[in-house]
Amino acid sequence: MNANALLQVAIYLAALMLLTKPMGLYLHRAMEGRLPVLGKLLGPLERLLYRISGVNPQQEMGWKSYTVALLLFNGIGVLAVFFLQRLQGSLPLNPAGMGEISLDSAFNTAVSFVTNTNWQGYAGESTMSYLTQMLALAVQNFLSAATGIAVVIALIRGFARHSVATIGNFWVDMTRSTLYVLLPLSVLLAVLLMGQGVIQNFSPYQQVNTLESITYSQPALDAQGQPKLDSDGNPAQETITSHTQTLAMGPVASQEAIKMLGTNGGGFFNANSAHPFENPTPFSNFLQMLAIFLIPAGLCYAFGLMVGDRRQGWAIWTAMALLFVAMTTVSLWAEQDGNPILTTLGVDQSSSPLQSGGNMEGKETRFGITASALFATITTAASCGAVNAMHDSLTPLGGLVPLWLMQLGEVVFGGVGSGLYTMLIYAVIAVFVAGLMIGRTPEYLGKKIEIFEMKMSAVILLVTPILVLLGTAIAVMLPAGLAGIANPGAHGFSEILYALSSAANNNGSAFAGLSANTPFYNLLLAVAMAVGRFGIIIPILAIAGALAAKKRITPGLGTLPTHGPLFIALLIGTVVLVGALTYVPALALGPVIEHLQMVAGH
Amino acid sequence: MKQHLRPAIFLFVGLSMLTGLVYPLLVSAIGQTAFPQQAGGSLITSDGGIVGSRLIGQHFSSPGYFWSRPSATAPYPNNAAASSGSNLGPLNPALSDAVQQRVAALQTSPASPSAVPVDLVTSSASGLDPDISPAAAYFQVARIAQARHLTADQLNALVTAHIEGRQFGVLGEPRVNVLALNLALDAQQPQHHGSE
Repeated sequence: MNANALLQVAIYLAALMLLTKPMGLYLHRAMEGRLPVLGKLLGPLERLLYRISGVNPQQEMGWKSYTVALLLFNGIGVLAVFFLQRLQGSLPLNPAGMGEISLDSAFNTAVSFVTNTNWQGYAGESTMSYLTQMLALAVQNFLSAATGIAVVIALIRGFARHSVATIGNFWVDMTRSTLYVLLPLSVLLAVLLMGQGVIQNFSPYQQVNTLESITYSQPALDAQGQPKLDSDGNPAQETITSHTQTLAMGPVASQEAIKMLGTNGGGFFNANSAHPFENPTPFSNFLQMLAIFLIPAGLCYAFGLMVGDRRQGWAIWTAMALLFVAMTTVSLWAEQDGNPILTTLGVDQSSSPLQSGGNMEGKETRFGITASALFATITTAASCGAVNAMHDSLTPLGGLVPLWLMQLGEVVFGGVGSGLYTMLIYAVIAVFVAGLMIGRTPEYLGKKIEIFEMKMSAVILLVTPILVLLGTAIAVMLPAGLAGIANPGAHGFSEILYALSSAANNNGSAFAGLSANTPFYNLLLAVAMAVGRFGIIIPILAIAGALAAKKRITPGLGTLPTHGPLFIALLIGTVVLVGALTYVPALALGPVIEHLQMVAGH
Repeated sequence: MKQHLRPAIFLFVGLSMLTGLVYPLLVSAIGQTAFPQQAGGSLITSDGGIVGSRLIGQHFSSPGYFWSRPSATAPYPNNAAASSGSNLGPLNPALSDAVQQRVAALQTSPASPSAVPVDLVTSSASGLDPDISPAAAYFQVARIAQARHLTADQLNALVTAHIEGRQFGVLGEPRVNVLALNLALDAQQPQHHGSE
């Protein structure tokens, strides 16, 4: 790793650390509806929304009522995204004339965006109208992120409150997180991104006259759009010489901003944040990486504030940051080391002032190795899933890092809300394990951890591994699953394992060679995404309700302090151990074998 | 359930209008006012026509132009209406075959002794990478000098003048915009039409 790589990582971490406290303070105030300036400005809008929807913001909900409201709201989201895709052909803002989306793809995408996964079986610029991008997909970028914030705030209230039956009002939490947190930050980021060159327009796709002409052949089509056959009955090819290039356009910046801030990750274009119109410069890339971790990091601080001990928030933050640094190091090293097979072919992969070197297949020149490996680690540490490099072309170990980060449950800062609520469950398990070792009833933040909480935590720990491992097993056993594989050998298995890990953990990135826009994968992955999202949220809210109802106990001599280095180490150990025990056998069949083959020169 | 139905529907519609229509229109209004050139796609005009976007790579294959990075878009390279990477795994024989062919194509006339810079023989993530590394630009100087009857010194100076350093001296990687470089090349020697 060269000095510049270290510097880029250090600047990123420093910026994140500096923004954690202000973001945490902001989140805390925003969720209580007491922001000084924005509160005055947007307060009337908030109250108007309550009035038209008949919401009484003073009226709090128990966990069951909160859950029902959440599921109902997200269910409406699925229907809206589904039907907007099906009807887009006859709706406005469709200059490229995109037709209706197939049933299975529309369903997959609807579930995908509502669950904050943003897995994309489709290619944006050749499938979705501008209206669908804005009113179906970008809306869910906001609302799924707001849902995550609502759930984590409800869980924190469970710790912070005592002897009460309620955990907050879902409508108020949704409205405030959208109105005061996500919208203003998105406007700010969108403006910064446009300054760097991210496009924002409603123009039809733009034809330009290229410097050089290009000649290519493609299957000839007849007037009905069916493949023409030549005299032997084979599909005929036609040769075309073109002097133009068609540039896909659209309202990209607005969608790009919330795509990162909401850890959504669904690209406007097929190439996602690798596309120069989505991510034109190293600085736009830096802003996007920062936007992914911004709210998750801030939530750690807000958590400390809400439970009345800021050290608790920083302890969680530190555990996440240490895991992040370790994973980034592996990823940077593996990608900079490059592909030994290319070296034998006369390719120069060394790093110098004139080139980044390393494994450049599927990467962009402006990002090189450092900004690509860093992005790949961040996007899978969080539940973002945006990519600025093609993960399918990463080196075996460079690909193992994102894969395993997702499998850990995306708790290294993680998704907006979802990262912290899952990490808090790991914290509960860590104190439980510690309690077993010293023979005391475990407690966390003044709450006794008892049978009900542990049962729910066990459910949370089991849901995603079952989806990932069972789903992968089903896919590799069925012809419909194997048909999607693009790369031969162990890498093909990794493609399927990656898809299931991504879907069940609501990430959305892919080893994109896998042809997943088929009825089989659209349905399998939709189930994984839905169960992986709500199968966790429901037990989380149940724990929130149970904790809120408990009495608060004062810490005694036997209480494990949960803000020091011992606890941080225990928490990291729990995350790594659970993740390793669950997934090492599957990883051995994919990236590990592939790495050994690469080293051996096959 | 029933008491939640009205808030769910009305709040969904209200927040959808706000985030799905008002927000993108507001951002567009700001973009058209503050950054019209960028929001429109950083288009480059020459002789009254649009010759491309500074941000979107074009395909070059004649010996007298600097070549862009390989592009995996279908059905032709650098298709800006269908961005895509190759998604080839590191051990896929299709990758080593493709790289081998590209190396051969670059090392023909005049044969170059040094190993080929990696970005010049690997396909970019978007298939639309507008840049190549400075190493990849210098590597092509000998071929272009021969095709255009220019000296290597003239071309090296042109490349050096077009190197964009790391942003703020730190972020990203040094690079050369291929379209801008080729436009400058044509400006320097207008009689050349890019095909020989």
